[in-house]
Amino acid sequence: MADTTQFDLVSPERRLASAAVTAVQIPGADGDMTAMAGHAPTITTLRPGVLSTEGPDGTSEYVVTGGFAEITAAGVTVLAERAMPKAEVTADDMAALIKEAEEALAHAKETFVNEPGPVDDAAKLLADMVAVGDHIRI
Amino acid sequence: MPSLKDLKNRIESVKSTRKITKAMQMVAAAKLRRAQEAAEQSRPYTERFNAVMAGLAASVGGSDSAPKLLSGTGSDKVQLLIVMTSERGLCGGFNSNIAKLARSHAQKLLAEGKEVKILTVGKKGRDQLKRDFGSLYIDHVDLTEVKRVGYADAQGIAKDVLARFDAGEFDVATLFYSKFVNVVSQIPTAQQIIPATFEEEEGSEPSTLFDYEPSEEAILADLLPRGVATQIFAGLLENGASEQGARMSAMDNATRNAGEMIDKLTIEFNRSRQAVITNELIEIISGAEAL
Repeated sequence: MADTTQFDLVSPERRLASAAVTAVQIPGADGDMTAMAGHAPTITTLRPGVLSTEGPDGTSEYVVTGGFAEITAAGVTVLAERAMPKAEVTADDMAALIKEAEEALAHAKETFVNEPGPVDDAAKLLADMVAVGDHIRI
Repeated sequence: MPSLKDLKNRIESVKSTRKITKAMQMVAAAKLRRAQEAAEQSRPYTERFNAVMAGLAASVGGSDSAPKLLSGTGSDKVQLLIVMTSERGLCGGFNSNIAKLARSHAQKLLAEGKEVKILTVGKKGRDQLKRDFGSLYIDHVDLTEVKRVGYADAQGIAKDVLARFDAGEFDVATLFYSKFVNVVSQIPTAQQIIPATFEEEEGSEPSTLFDYEPSEEAILADLLPRGVATQIFAGLLENGASEQGARMSAMDNATRNAGEMIDKLTIEFNRSRQAVITNELIEIISGAEAL
C-alpha cells in the first residue's frame, strides 16, 4: 500500500474532512497539482474548482471556491473559503455562486474603468465558476 | 402598609416575572451550546490560517514591498474602532463591558490628539456609545435579521472595512468584542486587525521553507484581506457565545432574586393576614364585653 499523508479540509464554518489519504489533487491558482506523501513543502492559493482525494477509504471530491492549501511534511491542509462535498452541490448552489461572481465583475468594471487588473481578476473568477458549474452538471 | 390585595397582586406579578426569566435562561442555555459549537468548529480554520499568515508575514514583512495591510500606512493618525455588541439586551453587563472598553480606548486616543472613527456592529453598542461619540460614527452594521452568524456576514463587514482602508479613511483598525472564557466569565477584548498583528506562538517549530505558488507576495496580498474577514468572523462567534453565556447567568440571577422576593412578600402577606384576623377577633371580643 502506498504511503498516506494526513489531509484536512477546513472552512471557516466547519471542518469538512480529516483523513489519511494517498493523494490529493488541488486546483492551484497556477494549475492543478497532486500532493502525495513526501511532497515538497508548498503553499499555494486555490482557484474555484474540484478538489479530489484518493485514499484507503476510496476517493472523495469537494467543490472549493477559493482559499489556500498548505503542504507540509506532516500533511496537507486546505483552508477553503467555501467548500462543499461535490455530491451535495446542486445546480442552484452553483447558480447562486455564479451570480455572486457576476456581481463582483460588474462592480469591478464600475470601479476600475481604465485599470485592467481587478476586472481581469473578476472575469477569471467568473469563468472559473462557470467551468466548475458545467463540470458538476455533467 | 399595603393591603392584602396589593400584596397578593405583587406576589403574582413577581411569580410571572420569574417564569419569564427562567424561560429566558433555558433558551440562552440552548443557544449557548449552539454558539459554542460554532465557535469550536471555526477554530481549526482560524488557527491554521494565523499560523500560515504569521510565517508569511515574518518572511515578507521586513521588505519595503510588504502590503499596506501588513505594514500599515506609516501613520496612526486616524483610528477606526469596530465595536461589536449584541442586538438584544437583558444579558447583564455584556454590552456595557464592551462599550466601556471601547469608550476608554477612544478617550485615550482622543487625548493623544488622534482622530477616531467608530463603526458598530449590533445596536446595543451603538446606543451606548452614541451619547458620547455621536459625531464620530461612520457606519453601523445591523445583524438583527441574522439568526445564525455565517462567514458571509463577516465577509460583508470585512469588505466594507477594506474599502474604507483602500480609500485612505483610516490608518489603524481595532476590533472590540468579548472573548468567551466560560459561562460566568467573558473578557472584553481589543484586537488590532489592520495592520495585521500575529501573536508569537510559544514553542512553535522552526518554520519550514515553503515553495510558494504563485509567489510569496501574491499569496500574502490574497490572504491579508481574508485574514481581516477571518478575524471578524472569529470575533462575531466569540461574541455570540459570550452574549448567550452572559444572558444565561444574568437570567439565573434574576430567577433567584425573584424567588427571594416571593419568599419575602409571602411572609409579609401572611403576617398582615394574621394581623387582620387578630384585629377582627379583638373587635368581636370587645364588642361582646361591652354588652
